[in-house]
Amino acid sequence: MTHLTPNRIVLDSLLAEVQGPERGGTCVFMGTVRNGPEEGGVTEIEYTAYDAMADAEIDRMLTETEQQWPGVRVALRHRVGRIPVGEASIAIVAAAPHRADAFQACRHIIEEVKRRLPMWKKEYRIDGTTAWVDPSGKPVTHGP
Amino acid sequence: MANVTVLFFARYAELAGRASAAVAVPSPATVQDVVRRVRETVPGAGALPERPLAAVNLRQVKLNAPVQDGDEVALLPPVAGG
Repeated sequence: MTHLTPNRIVLDSLLAEVQGPERGGTCVFMGTVRNGPEEGGVTEIEYTAYDAMADAEIDRMLTETEQQWPGVRVALRHRVGRIPVGEASIAIVAAAPHRADAFQACRHIIEEVKRRLPMWKKEYRIDGTTAWVDPSGKPVTHGP
Repeated sequence: MANVTVLFFARYAELAGRASAAVAVPSPATVQDVVRRVRETVPGAGALPERPLAAVNLRQVKLNAPVQDGDEVALLPPVAGG
């Protein structure tokens, strides 16, 4: 299956992939397209991916996480394409017998995403400019 | 010779003006050899870094990793998912 989608992320279907009677704690992380004071008028972010590698990398992350925290089930959706401010770009769910493992597994996955998922984002601004964003959050190029 | 397909993404695709290129390098070859050939022969790709992140057949590798005939070599800008 693919972990990437061009559509809005539906949390209920993601939760259904991990929840079960033996797992009493579920942690959800959602990343949302932001236009804070430091963004300078962002209206949308376009996410592009090396699709085949991103899917393979997510498979590896999920497997590694479930091996590191036995009993945990994790799932992830990453949206691709242009996403308006306020909508989610990523959702991660982690369900575990107890809450501590759910929190740790969820945090682990988002940090791995930031470190190794082959995806890139371009900001679209209200003044018509665009900019690729580097991992430190600073724009690296501008264009019309 | 090793004939490989090189993929460009995001800003690198814009610099190279394309999403992919077919590149031939003398065997035995490494990813660094492929990067060098790409920067020399693909118009616009000279602006790519000399030592970019790279993947071979869907796995990130170091630049001294070997490449084989038929491999898919991807040149990756710093990743920014999430």
